[in-house]
Amino acid sequence: MIHSLFIINSTGDVVLEKHWKSVVNKSVCDYFFEAQSKLSNPDDVAPVIATPHHYLINIYRSSLYFVAVVTTEVPPLFVIEFLHRICDTFEDYFKDCSESILKEHFVIVYELLDEMLDNGFPLAVESNVLKELIKPPNLLRSITDTVTGKSTSVSDTLPTGQLSNIPWRRTGVKYTNNEAYFDITEEIDAIIDKSGTAVIAEIQGYIDCLIKLSGMPDLTLSFTNPRLLDDVSFHPCVRFKRWEAEKILSFVPPDGHFRMMSYHIGASNTVAIPVYLRHNISFRGGSSGRFEVTIGPKQTMGKSIEDVVLEVPFPKCVLNVTLTCNQGKNSFDPVSKLMTWDVGKIDPAKLPNIKGNITLQTGVPIPESNPVITVMFTIQQMAVSGLKVNRLDMYGEKYKPFKGVKYITRAGKFQVRT
Amino acid sequence: MTDSKYFTTTKKGEIFELKAELNSDKKEKKKEAVKKVIASMTVGKDVSALFADVVNCMQTDNLELKKLVYLYLMNYAKTQPDVAIISVNTFVRDCEDPNPLIRALAVRTMGCIRVDKITEYLCEPLRKCLKDEDPYVRKTAAVCVAKLHDINAQLVEDQGFLDALKDLLSDSNPMVVANAVAAISEILETSDTAQSSLEMNSNTINKLLTALNECTEWGQVFILDSISNYNPKDDKEAQSICERVTPRLAHANAAVVLSAVKVIMKYMEILDINSDTVTMLVKKLSPPLVTLLSAEPEIQYVALRNINLIVQKRPDILKTEMKVFFVKYNDPIYVKLEKLDIMIRLTNQGNIAQVLAELKEYAAEVDVDFVRKSVRAIGRCAIKVEQAAERCVGTLLDLIQTKVNYVVQEAIVVIKDIFRKYPNKYESIIATLCENLDTLDEPEARASMIWIIGEYAERIDNADELLESFLEGFQDENTQVQLQLLTAIVKLFLKRPTDTQELVQQVLSLATQDSDNPDLRDRGYIYWRLLSTDPAAAKEVVLAEKPLISEETDLIEPTLLDELICHIASLASVYHKPPNAFVEGRGTLRRSLPRNQSGEAPLGETAAAAPAAPVQQPTVIPGVDSLIGDLLDMDLGGPTPYQQQQMMNQMPPSAPAAQPQGAIDLLGEGLDNLLGGGGGGLDSLGGLSDIFGSVSQSSFYTPPQEVWLAANKGKGLELTGTYARRNKQIFMELTFTNKAMQPMMGFAIQFNKNSFGLQPASPLQIQSPLPPNQSASVSLPLNTQGQVQKMDPLTTIQVAVKNNIGVFYYSCQVPMHVLFVEEGEMDKKDFLASWKEIPAQNEVQSTINNVQHNADTVSQKLRNNNVFTIAKRNVEGQDMLYQSLSLTNGIRVLAELKIQPGMSNFTLSLKSRVQDICPAIQQAFDGILHN
Repeated sequence: MIHSLFIINSTGDVVLEKHWKSVVNKSVCDYFFEAQSKLSNPDDVAPVIATPHHYLINIYRSSLYFVAVVTTEVPPLFVIEFLHRICDTFEDYFKDCSESILKEHFVIVYELLDEMLDNGFPLAVESNVLKELIKPPNLLRSITDTVTGKSTSVSDTLPTGQLSNIPWRRTGVKYTNNEAYFDITEEIDAIIDKSGTAVIAEIQGYIDCLIKLSGMPDLTLSFTNPRLLDDVSFHPCVRFKRWEAEKILSFVPPDGHFRMMSYHIGASNTVAIPVYLRHNISFRGGSSGRFEVTIGPKQTMGKSIEDVVLEVPFPKCVLNVTLTCNQGKNSFDPVSKLMTWDVGKIDPAKLPNIKGNITLQTGVPIPESNPVITVMFTIQQMAVSGLKVNRLDMYGEKYKPFKGVKYITRAGKFQVRT
Repeated sequence: MTDSKYFTTTKKGEIFELKAELNSDKKEKKKEAVKKVIASMTVGKDVSALFADVVNCMQTDNLELKKLVYLYLMNYAKTQPDVAIISVNTFVRDCEDPNPLIRALAVRTMGCIRVDKITEYLCEPLRKCLKDEDPYVRKTAAVCVAKLHDINAQLVEDQGFLDALKDLLSDSNPMVVANAVAAISEILETSDTAQSSLEMNSNTINKLLTALNECTEWGQVFILDSISNYNPKDDKEAQSICERVTPRLAHANAAVVLSAVKVIMKYMEILDINSDTVTMLVKKLSPPLVTLLSAEPEIQYVALRNINLIVQKRPDILKTEMKVFFVKYNDPIYVKLEKLDIMIRLTNQGNIAQVLAELKEYAAEVDVDFVRKSVRAIGRCAIKVEQAAERCVGTLLDLIQTKVNYVVQEAIVVIKDIFRKYPNKYESIIATLCENLDTLDEPEARASMIWIIGEYAERIDNADELLESFLEGFQDENTQVQLQLLTAIVKLFLKRPTDTQELVQQVLSLATQDSDNPDLRDRGYIYWRLLSTDPAAAKEVVLAEKPLISEETDLIEPTLLDELICHIASLASVYHKPPNAFVEGRGTLRRSLPRNQSGEAPLGETAAAAPAAPVQQPTVIPGVDSLIGDLLDMDLGGPTPYQQQQMMNQMPPSAPAAQPQGAIDLLGEGLDNLLGGGGGGLDSLGGLSDIFGSVSQSSFYTPPQEVWLAANKGKGLELTGTYARRNKQIFMELTFTNKAMQPMMGFAIQFNKNSFGLQPASPLQIQSPLPPNQSASVSLPLNTQGQVQKMDPLTTIQVAVKNNIGVFYYSCQVPMHVLFVEEGEMDKKDFLASWKEIPAQNEVQSTINNVQHNADTVSQKLRNNNVFTIAKRNVEGQDMLYQSLSLTNGIRVLAELKIQPGMSNFTLSLKSRVQDICPAIQQAFDGILHN
């Protein structure tokens, strides 16, 4: 299984190493650096790298590479999922998993890593179990620690959830206000071609929950139109059999934040595209070009489109752009050649527009293709697939919880070819 | 108050200072010091000098401090084994602690101390912990067994920990079960001896399936992987396991999903292909695979590598999901390249327009590798979908117009293949290609362009000038280009002999006199000699019609694909190589897909038992791996399909009937070793004996031909066959049927080592090329001088057949009676003596049902098949036939056949010193008598 872990920063320093079996020398990372040095983009490092004696499986997150060393035939997805889980845990504990944060909480990091794996096998990974074993840092405790002169970050009793049939929930949870919130977020992944038709459009949906309920609540959540969901993955708490039989989500929830379900609505269903782009981008000989883009709403069911941001990665031969927009702010990074236009909210009466000139390097052939524009946006109070929660019922506890459902539609990987 | 302060001590004498702090009386100071030590350790500083001081802090009630010291111990015990031994007592004590957390922590840590001396002391505490009342301790102890096995495998086996581990599979707590499974799979990974004691059976599988629903996601991965190694006994079991595994496909953890896919992909092989279950499973597999593609890019990558295997094995699963493989411009490059590969595999007539539009977009991107692959993909589309070829060529021409150097080069390489696939269709574009001659600087593109010029020399007016321009820098060219240039100029000369004589002489002298490259020199000489002795023959050889190239490129060889399907979700699936090809210290175990037993396999066991048996019982057949290796060597020895194609370009076997052997030698394909070194002389003899054989022994029982290699497994080559014996010679009767769209040639055959040393006595002589939709039959004489290796079942023969398309493997059963020799008759006295000599327990009895013969006809029939009746007696109305026979390897078998007049059931008793052969002999009798 997982032999060792190296956390490497973008400048190529090993921030932390952890070995669950025998020690693997740091020099094994040289193979990783070699692969990394060949690429210009940090995202492009292949996830699995073979070396003569080891395999390096890595992920790139928060500008850090998490490199796992394995020596035997292991499922690489297992390792990748686990590395992401390690990052999730760090983010859960420290709100972020950047290099400085990890260094700051280094002892907890080390304790966590030690607790999460044993001999390369996952040991305690569930957040609630870990939090019982190793308390997350908080200001109040560090003050009391300093005053009383003792540290209490490690618990000395066995966490309760570890072995129960519902390892994701601890016992004895108590709240004065019992609340359950469900966020239904849908992301539209789409490629729009030059003429404005969707080459591919699909929806990636998530149901994230924040549950603050006392005791052992058993919840059921039903939808008015569950037919939409035929490709789903669930948090382990969801009883799959009931879903199969009745299309009802029945579960004993973990305490706090968790992703209950994610779903995918594929290309076979037609997806309503909420925005359109009118664009006119041309590079002319003689080192100049024109750029004009207008964005407008389309199929939004009366909801307004907010937080609109456009990103245009210009070709390398573009020296500068001089653009003016009638709304929002735009900026151009001359190093990465990325133009960002922060539009804000779209007012259907006065469509946001940006136009201006492009300055090209002289003596270089003009680019043969126009840039692909990435569009980001958010629409509140709407799930683009039309998914709707019917009702939420609670069994097993007597109190009346406060329930809330929120719908959001966002752009996922939304790309417009020009 | 943050921990970063621990990192900031960089003063000199740091170690010294820490030492003082560690020995301080104050608990707090001690703890702080230990934290500093650990901090230094994690960034790779050597703090091993503090070993004794840190270990001294171990005896504490403070769990945090205990943990930190344990961390330190794990890291440094190896370097200081003598001091480490003082920690043993604390461990033993901690294992008895009332707090299960401490018990578990102790058992966990001690497994990580890789010091032999200590390990021995830890067996007793571990044994206790394996039976601990607290499941948390038990599950930790299970992992500890794996750790211990890694340090000292012998110790673990001697101490009976493997059995203890197996007991944990039935534990009431699913987490314990999952960890036990994980530990077992890790042990199996490294140890062959543990195999027998940890074998899974349907009972344990059942327990695992129960635990599957309740354990953590990580445990589910272990359990699913373990289930995928089990071979279910029938399709009913396979079906029920599939049903219980399918809910895992909706798990949020990608690793669980892919492991579940593996189990289902493997078990589907056993199920009837037309059953509803398979249809349903195929339908259920598609959504989870698509979902994996919306996960993080690293997960996408692994998923895509696996999907590549899955679409090759079962194209149905994702055939409608083409769009999800469309490339987003900010996908990491490794994802882009994989998506492209799968797009091509899924391309068909229905979606080609969309695919082509996408590929054209991709060809305009900035990433060079990706653009190149996209251009190549357009060419592959043209070759795959004939209706779209014209559009693809148009697209390629557009791309050439962009004049982007690497795009042009890639386009020319693929256009060459398109010319090969659709001759005399698109040659009009040659002029456009020639315009770009000067920009080509990559060998492959240059070679392709030269090939095109040579091939179409008659249509290019200035072909001689063009080729001459290449010739100027001949010495500096890559070998590939040199070879191509040589051939192209010879082609040109044959087409326009009048004005190119000088050119051809120049290139021949360059190739033969000024080059150190043996390939180039040899080819030069061959051309020279051909041209000087018989220009007409040269024309026939060099300018012969070329075989068409096949549609699908770079498919994985079917047996490898089957093996890789068993390794879905593993590293093997990412590398597309079997694990023993790259994982160190891995056992020789190879997995293979189980076969559907109710399928069309003629003998039932032929197909089912042969591939499965070596996997389950590697001890019965030693060196299975080397065996398979032998067969695969053939692949390596011969040229790769691509090289072969290249060869064909230059010298197609236009006159194969005249001297096939010669042609092969010329090409230096290294087929000699492959053909077993048999001379061609035997062939005529074989032919003669054929005639005589059929006259004198017409009643020899030759089983009907059966399909040995189905067309879908052989890329269009269908092979049926049987065994016969004529004139004291064993023959393999083979019928080759070409069901592919292109002619096949370059046939060769090789046997694996087998129980009787059977091997071809002469090379395979078959009509070549074999045109599409035609069959050719051949009698391949066999001898028994090959290498002997006991097979299971005994009569299994593994055969590799090669042609220009690939190497195919199959296994068949040789009917025993073809191995009965003509000299098997015995003297009555000898028979009696032998019968008595062989102990009674060696006698094997069986019944042959439904025989419509009397004693005399039976006797005659068997005699025709070299089973000799020595004596006949009549006892109490029953006819007793005493018979003898002898095998090619000298084994004698005595038989007693009891026939009751009027009854159609005979009783056969066999006696031989070698009992193993009896089942096969019984089968042979059965076959002969029912003929």
